[in-house]
Amino acid sequence: MRHLLSAGDLNVDSACLILDTAAQLASVTDRTVKKFPTLRGRTVVNLFFEDSTRTRISFEIAAKRLSADVINFAAKGSSVSKGESLKDTALTLEAMGADAVVIRHGSSGAPHRLATAGWIQGSVVNAGDGTHEHPTQALLDAFTIRHHLRDGTGDLSGVRVAIVGDILHSRVARSNVLLLRTLGAHVTVVAPPTLMPYGVSQWPCAVSYDLDEVLPHVDAVMMLRVQSERMHAAYFPSVNEYSRRYGLNALRMGLLPPHAIVLHPGPMNRGMEISADVADGERAVMVEQVANGVSIRMAVLYLLLGGMTDDGKKEI
Amino acid sequence: MPHETTVIRGVRPYGEDPVDIVVATGVIAEIATAGSGAGRVIEASGLIALPGFVDIHTHLREPGREDAETVETGSRAAALGGFTAVFAMANTSPVADTAGVVEQVWHLGKATGLVDVFPVGAVTVGLGGEQLAELGAMATSAAQVRMFSDDGKCVHDAAIMRRALEYVKAFDGVIAQHAQEPRLTVDAQMNEGVLSGQLGLTGWPGVAEESIIARDVLLAEHVDSRLHVCHVSTAGSVEVIKWAKSRGIKVTAEVTPHHLLLTEDLVASYDPVYKVNPPLRTSADVTALRAALAAGTIDAIATDHAPHPHEDKDCEWAAAAFGMLGLQTAFSIAVLTMINSGLLDWRALADRMSVRPARIGRALGHGHDLKVGAPANICVVDPGASWVVEPATFASKSRNSPYAGMTLPGKVMHVLKAGKPTVECGDLAC
Ligand SMILES: [Zn+2]
Ligand SMILES: [Zn+2]
Repeated sequence: MRHLLSAGDLNVDSACLILDTAAQLASVTDRTVKKFPTLRGRTVVNLFFEDSTRTRISFEIAAKRLSADVINFAAKGSSVSKGESLKDTALTLEAMGADAVVIRHGSSGAPHRLATAGWIQGSVVNAGDGTHEHPTQALLDAFTIRHHLRDGTGDLSGVRVAIVGDILHSRVARSNVLLLRTLGAHVTVVAPPTLMPYGVSQWPCAVSYDLDEVLPHVDAVMMLRVQSERMHAAYFPSVNEYSRRYGLNALRMGLLPPHAIVLHPGPMNRGMEISADVADGERAVMVEQVANGVSIRMAVLYLLLGGMTDDGKKEI
Repeated sequence: MPHETTVIRGVRPYGEDPVDIVVATGVIAEIATAGSGAGRVIEASGLIALPGFVDIHTHLREPGREDAETVETGSRAAALGGFTAVFAMANTSPVADTAGVVEQVWHLGKATGLVDVFPVGAVTVGLGGEQLAELGAMATSAAQVRMFSDDGKCVHDAAIMRRALEYVKAFDGVIAQHAQEPRLTVDAQMNEGVLSGQLGLTGWPGVAEESIIARDVLLAEHVDSRLHVCHVSTAGSVEVIKWAKSRGIKVTAEVTPHHLLLTEDLVASYDPVYKVNPPLRTSADVTALRAALAAGTIDAIATDHAPHPHEDKDCEWAAAAFGMLGLQTAFSIAVLTMINSGLLDWRALADRMSVRPARIGRALGHGHDLKVGAPANICVVDPGASWVVEPATFASKSRNSPYAGMTLPGKVMHVLKAGKPTVECGDLAC
């Protein structure tokens, strides 16, 4: 594996290898050391064309714990009209000898382009591109679900997950549907029809417009951020109507099986897709998701830059 | 040299039996037994003669974007592609919405002289969609504009479209519509389908094209005017046009070479060379478009040649410009998709690439059958040759060809415009 562009590029073995590696790194970090010498002398560039402090910091901590040199390259002007700057920036990074570029970009396919246009040699990690994908988010979600529902090992066979909200514009949803499916989980996407992608019926998941009908039958529910501005483009009539029909509140929590957990990729819109009491409740695992994000990103950088040989075996 | 006589020796008109086509004083003077004609000889045994192609949809970019193309470089590309006439779209800078700008383009075409350049006039001032441009002034200018289009933008206001259709009747004009409902295509990047949902690229649904065509054919019927539909891209659009023609509505339509060959799957590479408007569609659409061109429901192949400088394509998808080169590959794509598939014979291909487009645009002197007395606008092609597309060798100033590296059938060998050679043995004559 040279790049991580799409969760769809992972098969069950490579996905489990990343999860297992993350688990191993997390346990060692907890017990003894905070830093591994693995990537000493390697350079990881965080190239963020969109503001996302939480994701950038997560990658930064991950790279530093592996002793890599980290350069934060906040490319100003996320507007696509300044698109040529992606190439210019890439050529600059290449000249600086970047071994890996972690890229967040508002344009779908920008990481793919960075990896294939011949501008740079290093590995590319997709940290979220437009409305396309966010594979490390899906990996950390899978890691979190596995920890709670499968004792932290193996795949996710038989686990039932609902992904609820703005599926149309969500890169988190796309990566999660692909990865969870690969890991054997049964996924249902839930949203009003306006927020479903065209052709969603051909995705490897079930589709529902009715949250109340789905909740009793899932082990994990993932609430996606819904921007209230979407109502101006007539995706839904009002914030109130959206949250009445698709928001997760205390009443709806009663529909979930007792063991079920609640995930959210953040940042949350309290009062929109999730009520404050649910967000702060004991079945919400958002704080763990953040911690697990660092372990997953350590595993990805480790496997891309050092640890994975051509035959897929890792060396620690 | 008014008395020079040229003989295209042993050529097969429309692929039929070999003859000598004798050209003098700019017209076909004689069609003689092969080997009998006298004069300056173009050896053409085994080659096929067709009327010079007419492209009713090109973007020559001058004035304003001379870094992408000029009338001169675009004319060279057109001649090498077998064309003797091209229609230059109005979305230049400044927009071709006045007699002054269309005359400038017309004069630039005359000065280059490789093809007849027919400027297309804008329908509305600045392509703004709100106020009619001075269509009459452009029609009576030296450029004699007959085709009007806001191409690049859709004339989306139904009242403006109705008035434009009515107004151009006074001088036998036609409105060429870029059919794209703007509200259904905000930020649209590719065909809307399962793939757009997977790639996270905003969809451009076929209905945004079909609904405008449906509205426009009804308007054209209501005011009894001529409507031309640019770059038809979906099977649904074909159905609407077929219905309109069956009612006797005066509608014509064109299809681009790329919509006859390429499909949306190419977008999965996120390579902006495949970014075009309207977008590449599905293989079912490609099949329907080929069948419609064969049946004559779609009248013409038009390139929508859209040159862009390297930097406008060497970037991420959303930032890239829409459009592909077409002039130097159109004939070969037509051979690949329509001749080699058996859907069209050579005479029918001439009809779709020369006769009908000339008629739609009222391109005087073009689109005539190869017969004695016709203007000598002739394209001689080698049907058996094949060639590898190398954009770096193109006469166009730009390189954004989606066919780079492909081996294509059919080669343009010789072109005569008004009896004068513009292309000889596959190279420019001058
Ligand atoms: Zn157009
Ligand atoms: Zn065009």
